[in-house]
Amino acid sequence: MLTIKILGSGCANCKKLEAVTRQVVTNLQLDAEIIKVTEYPDIMAYNIMSTPGLVINERLVSAGRIPSPNEIAAFLTNAQPAN
Amino acid sequence: MSEITQRISDSSRTLVSSRRSLLYVGIAAVLWLVAYNIIQPLADWLAYTALGLAADSRLGEALAFFFYDVPKILLLLAGMVFLISIVRTFFSPERTRALLGGKREGVGNVIAACLGIVTPFCSCSAVPLFIGFVEAGIPLGVTFSFLIAAPTINEVAVIMLFGLFGWQIAALYIVSGLVIAIAAGFVMGRLKLERHVEDFVWKIHSENAAHTESLTWNERIERAWQSVREIVGKVWLYVVVGIAIGAGIHGYVPESALVDIMGKDAWWSVPAAVLLGVPLYSNAAGMVPIVGVLVEKGASLGTALAFMMSVIGLSLPEAVILRRVLKLPLLITYFGVVAVAIIMIGTFFNWVL
Repeated sequence: MLTIKILGSGCANCKKLEAVTRQVVTNLQLDAEIIKVTEYPDIMAYNIMSTPGLVINERLVSAGRIPSPNEIAAFLTNAQPAN
Repeated sequence: MSEITQRISDSSRTLVSSRRSLLYVGIAAVLWLVAYNIIQPLADWLAYTALGLAADSRLGEALAFFFYDVPKILLLLAGMVFLISIVRTFFSPERTRALLGGKREGVGNVIAACLGIVTPFCSCSAVPLFIGFVEAGIPLGVTFSFLIAAPTINEVAVIMLFGLFGWQIAALYIVSGLVIAIAAGFVMGRLKLERHVEDFVWKIHSENAAHTESLTWNERIERAWQSVREIVGKVWLYVVVGIAIGAGIHGYVPESALVDIMGKDAWWSVPAAVLLGVPLYSNAAGMVPIVGVLVEKGASLGTALAFMMSVIGLSLPEAVILRRVLKLPLLITYFGVVAVAIIMIGTFFNWVL
């Protein structure tokens, strides 16, 4: 199971990133939990300087932009534990 | 063995795809040049031949102006945003923070203001950026120089000034923005306002390493293209409406109608323009054509530039965002110092130009 975090205080791009990520998770039929992190102290724990940020299994994969669905799919597939 | 072949095939695939995207960029550049050169004859034809308006009529002139300026500005925006975005892929807030670390005030203010132009920045990220700078030990005044320059000297404003009024005015705008950011940031640093930063900011210590990424040319081109679509998609309507209003005023409001209230001799017009600009929040795209026409009708350049900077650089939504990290006295000082700096530079231009 994947833990996905969307870092951002609720700006338009953060919502868009969340929507795209949800879509990709559904398309790939992954077992994932999506958590929104909106408090600045929690966001800053990942040491990012621009939002939105995308964290998969506690690893920051992108910051300050909305990656394309293909990119997100690649991030998610790479994060899957190898069987 | 198979790993090596895999790697070779990977790298040759990147090579082929980056060659292909360079080809696309080349084709786009040629199309852009062709389009840029046919819009003038096309606009004249549309206004005077297709619509049959007389070349010296008010309506004909206004429409020809509109048909020419709208595609010209949109083409300039697309082309230049692409180039600027390519440059920006070489900068990131993390990189800027590393470049500013350990710089003294003074030098630091100058570098911060300059980096504000090239670092990708969105005011929605002002808070993480502020915290990131402060946490890295960058002085408060230097941080403010960056926070003033980044939104004020924005690419859309500069490109539109360039397209509608020429490079001199665009350069004047950039230099004024830099001077304001450096001076206001330096003054803020002298005021020793650290205790007015929200307390939680000082407590944040992140243990994770900063996010860095290395990009291929292919990715740079892709990201630049993405920001062209995003920016042009967001501002095109403002450009059309702004130029339409501009064309209307151009044709129908008498020259020198504004000399009395916005001319050089009205000393109070600069502060009034700045005060009026703070609550107004508009994007540069709609502002520039209107401001340009105001100048044509007798507003002085210093007053017009001050108004523009105040609208773009000092916005209430940004104040609301920054309130999360700045206590009220600091926030008010910030707006006050920047407003005074804009008034001074506007008055200076009215005086010397």
